[in-house]
Amino acid sequence: MNFSKSFRNTFLVILLSLIVSACATKKTTTTVEGQMQGDVYTGTDTVKYLADGVPDRVFFATNESILTTKSRDTLRKQANWLRENSSINVVVEGHADERGTREYNLALGERRANAAKDYLITYGISADRISVISYGKERPVDSGSNPLSWSKNRRSVTVKAN
Amino acid sequence: MIRIFNLFFIIFFLLSAKAYSLIEIDITRGNLDPLPIAVSPLFQDDSSKRNSINEIKIENVGSEISLVVENNLKISGLFNPLNKEAFLQKPDIAHLKPRFEDWALIKAQALITGKVTIEDKKLKVEFRLWDILAGREMMALAFTTVPSNWRRVGHIISDKVYERLTGEKGYFDTRIIYVSEEGPKTARVKKLAIMDQDGFNTKYLTLGNELVLTPRFNPTSQMVTYLSYFKNLPRVYLLDIETGTQEVVGDFPGMTFAPRFSPDGKKIIMSFAKDGNSDIYTMDLENRIVERITNHPSIDTSPSYSPDNRFITFNSDRSGFQQIYVMKSDGSNVKRISFGKGLYGTPVWSPRGDLIAFTKLHKGKFYIGVMRTDGSGERLLTENYYQEAPSWSPNGRVLIFYRETKSNDKGEGFSAKLWSIDLTGYNERQVQTETDASDPSWSSLLSN
Repeated sequence: MNFSKSFRNTFLVILLSLIVSACATKKTTTTVEGQMQGDVYTGTDTVKYLADGVPDRVFFATNESILTTKSRDTLRKQANWLRENSSINVVVEGHADERGTREYNLALGERRANAAKDYLITYGISADRISVISYGKERPVDSGSNPLSWSKNRRSVTVKAN
Repeated sequence: MIRIFNLFFIIFFLLSAKAYSLIEIDITRGNLDPLPIAVSPLFQDDSSKRNSINEIKIENVGSEISLVVENNLKISGLFNPLNKEAFLQKPDIAHLKPRFEDWALIKAQALITGKVTIEDKKLKVEFRLWDILAGREMMALAFTTVPSNWRRVGHIISDKVYERLTGEKGYFDTRIIYVSEEGPKTARVKKLAIMDQDGFNTKYLTLGNELVLTPRFNPTSQMVTYLSYFKNLPRVYLLDIETGTQEVVGDFPGMTFAPRFSPDGKKIIMSFAKDGNSDIYTMDLENRIVERITNHPSIDTSPSYSPDNRFITFNSDRSGFQQIYVMKSDGSNVKRISFGKGLYGTPVWSPRGDLIAFTKLHKGKFYIGVMRTDGSGERLLTENYYQEAPSWSPNGRVLIFYRETKSNDKGEGFSAKLWSIDLTGYNERQVQTETDASDPSWSSLLSN
């Protein structure tokens, strides 16, 4: 069951990336549209995995800390994984894009990290297993100055602390 | 007959009054016609030159000091220092008694002359400011210091000249603390750095092992407050520039950031973030008492006191978006003051008290602007791809801020530099730094 599900997921990912790369050959703007919904990043470019099928990060809209449906799905996977690995603690890093004042972005990063943390707590993870840190706009993953790069940088990342 | 006499008298009076007030600079509006000034090299005799080489490895320190003065006056945008090659009179003779006709001939309206001696490990400097058209001395001063202070002497002379000719305190004998930046955007190394206002004497205060941000001077001492990620715990720190000692400010169970001193230097005001909410707190530096100033589920940050310590301006998104607010310093009477289009951040109260400088984001452009403390009279001084974080010169006439350039899709072409602009919106110029730079903060005048 689990196996077939992950197989199907892999298949979907391959299919999607085929579609995306097919688009990429046509037009760059289509690629951007394919990787963003509104201005929230939906691609997998920079995503790392805490474990098989458990992405480490979720993405946010400009100036927002609201979790999208996809983000909640990712965080539920993280919560499941944390439940199964009860000895592991995590740090949730909050990040902002470069298009905002430094101090406000530090606060915004903290707000995003806490939005992710709160969701994990709702799904049964003890608050003392999760610490947060905001980097504001100080640690982008993508150094471009364009809407797609910025969307990858507006994120919270769950990192193993031990 | 009487009428003609009266007319003659009035004309004479006007002419003489004009001659008297000729050298006065109006700095309240953009100065497109800077005052032509001749900065004669400060005279130094041969024995003093020998001492100068021994003491500070510079032969003609008098000439070097005059270059410091010349550069300061030039970057102020209010003066046009004339080419020294056109000077007809020798420095020592000019210092005793200028031939005003000679200086008028090269269109100088003011003249600075002086003399330096280095004896017994002491640098003695005297200088005079002359009004060429009125043909008289406007100011004469002398002071003694250690020879290694020679650049500061140049800054102090510049401040005295600026004050005499504009009627307002100068800002040259000051320093800038900022964040030095190196490396790629995704792994930027940041260090605290300090330099003279004119870009000389750069010193690095941290090694770059941890991320540091937003240093700010104490207006009354050589202390600095800043944000450090030491041990991955972002906290506000206090640093004594002279002794190098530093300490965490307060004992907060979470990130503290956006620190700034109160104008009397006795408190630090900052944000404390907990559970996704940032509020404003103060800590008294004498008794270490922490006070909560705002209590609101929105982000409250970037606080800055009014010069009389009675009000605080800050940045909040309680309306749904980043806007600027003013409240009493106990946190009561919160009023939003920014109502223009776009987002507003980083409010900083002018040391003169009448204006608040800010960063504005509108339609993908960033602006540095000023508004009155009730939010009226908004004036945008400069527009660019990215710029923020203005800091006032101590006389409230100039703003320094940082500007970033756009990078291409590979992340190339990115830079961060310091820039300054006059309150008038004129005289925008890049401030030279050894590395990329951001988050500048201007000190008070070091002398007096």
